[in-house]
Amino acid sequence: MSSALNDVAKAPLPILQLVDVYKRFNEFTAVSGISLNILDGEFLTVVGPSGSGKTTLLRMLAGMEAPSDGNITLRGELINNVPAKQRPTCLVFQSLALFPHKTVGENIEFPLKVKSVPPAQRKERALELLRMLRLPESYYGKNVMKCSGGEKQRVALARAFAYDPDVLLFDEPLSALDYKLKKVLEKELKDLHRESGKTFVYITHSLEEAMVMSDRIAVMSAGKIVQIGTPESIYARPETEFVAEFFGEVNKFPLVRDPERGWFSADTDSAVTLTLPDSLQGAQAATLIVRPEYMRFASAPDEFDNVIRGSVFNEYSLGSRIQYQVRCGEKSVLIEIPRTLARDAALDQQVMIGWNAADAFVAEA
Amino acid sequence: MHDSDAPPVVSTGLRYASPVLLFLLLGFLAPLVTVVAYAFASPKSFEVFTSFTLANFSAVLDSSNTVWTSFVWSLGLAAACTIILALIAYPIAYGLNHAFGRFSSLVSVLFVFPLFISENVRLYGWVQFFIKNGVVDGLLNALGLGPGPEVLYTPGITLFGMVYVYLPFMLFPMTLGLSMVPRDLIDAAADLGAGRFMVWREVELPLAMPGILIGMLLTFVLAVGAVAEAKILGGQSVITVVHDIEIAFTYAQDWPLGAALAVLLVLIIGGLTLAVLSRLDLDRVLGRR
Repeated sequence: MSSALNDVAKAPLPILQLVDVYKRFNEFTAVSGISLNILDGEFLTVVGPSGSGKTTLLRMLAGMEAPSDGNITLRGELINNVPAKQRPTCLVFQSLALFPHKTVGENIEFPLKVKSVPPAQRKERALELLRMLRLPESYYGKNVMKCSGGEKQRVALARAFAYDPDVLLFDEPLSALDYKLKKVLEKELKDLHRESGKTFVYITHSLEEAMVMSDRIAVMSAGKIVQIGTPESIYARPETEFVAEFFGEVNKFPLVRDPERGWFSADTDSAVTLTLPDSLQGAQAATLIVRPEYMRFASAPDEFDNVIRGSVFNEYSLGSRIQYQVRCGEKSVLIEIPRTLARDAALDQQVMIGWNAADAFVAEA
Repeated sequence: MHDSDAPPVVSTGLRYASPVLLFLLLGFLAPLVTVVAYAFASPKSFEVFTSFTLANFSAVLDSSNTVWTSFVWSLGLAAACTIILALIAYPIAYGLNHAFGRFSSLVSVLFVFPLFISENVRLYGWVQFFIKNGVVDGLLNALGLGPGPEVLYTPGITLFGMVYVYLPFMLFPMTLGLSMVPRDLIDAAADLGAGRFMVWREVELPLAMPGILIGMLLTFVLAVGAVAEAKILGGQSVITVVHDIEIAFTYAQDWPLGAALAVLLVLIIGGLTLAVLSRLDLDRVLGRR
């Protein structure tokens, strides 16, 4: 039995390549011109709101939908119309799609039974996978419907590994679980990715899941990939307002270009020091985006590049961090600071808040 | 029923259920008890509850008697009808679920439509169809293709009539059963490398089985009790057991024999029903899980 846990060093070459892929259902275009390289052995997460086309994208990778246009290649070979059963990919469904009339063992052995592996070898491999996924071997004969949510999750994973695919595809498999279990399984999944060395493509609408697990994140909106990069780069340097807002809370300052004053914030009318990217030089409107955690209370107007005045409206404790809502005229601004740096900002107190230009980013409106 | 101050002797549930319970006892249990009692009464008498004999049962099982043949005919025809219907209904049920698309409801309605017309009327319609100088024979004669086949009044046409009459009772539970197989499971099985036959054998069929079994059970139970098909289309070339029971209770005026036949029939059908239902998860079939 070839071990799923091989340690062959893999060069980061694309295992799956999408070139200008479209998927249309009658009038509706679910996936609208996606080009993407999925590297061998990487953990790629595709995030996006419901209806952004991410599940359709995944089903095309799995072979359950054929692209209407464009090409999908696997190691350089065109696989547009290769059916799911002939692809070295395996999809873990949102519903998990466990066979309710089969035991845990029979579920895991299913792909081996299909390949006509002898029963004794099948059982050996199933028990090996149970151990790998930290399930007791006694579960082999258990009714799969009697397993808990987390256990079912592991059975589904074991079944996928039994198929021994090169690429594992995940369609929001953790979405139905409670928060605590989800946190545990996220880390387990990432460990499993590292142990197995296989390529994981994961679909989710949860920013947290994407952040914890991925090597790279692709953000989808309306059938297109709007940004792709490491979790850090997407969080710190979102290219659009949509991406910025999708990845956590943001303060947005609509900017207006004035022939005399240059760019200024229409909301606060404060002086805003800005270094704009070249691509925005010709734009007429843009939005300055500052994450709450890059904002600080200022003790002097020149402590930060930008300082605005307001009064504390409310405070929210987030555990290790505290968030303040500061009203600057009509505008509310969120500031998030570590609890250890918290100062007693009384409600309705007049404060100055500031941020450095380098911590803010600008997106074209 | 009891003093309002005293603690309730009868539970609330039983008190609320009592009207229905009483109705069921009178309406269902009493006639059943009477029939069972008659089965043990002296042959060709009305001495119910006053005599006890097993003579009626031995008469049924007596091989020199011909009554038992009607049992064999009924069970045999019902079994054949059930198997034929399962084979006919499966592809239709599959189509209703996966292939017919928006025409599914139209097809369903067309299958239900005949149920609005009395069974006997429909069977006489088939008689007109197959009778000498009827639709088939007349048409073939007019086209110069000679006389039509003489199919009327045979056991074969009886079976045909039963298959025709009971089709909806097989089709709809089966359609329900097939609709209960989640699309994801079929996709998952194929994704794990299974070919069409493997998917069908390992996933689709076992998961649709509750619906299929209910359809088969319903059809069999109804078909064992079939009588009009054998009388009207079969022209009494075959006497079914229900026909025998009818004769015993009417012309023959041998209520104990009729009752014994009825009791045996109830035992066979009841045993079969319990055996099948004990293997089924009815909650799953009815979508409660």
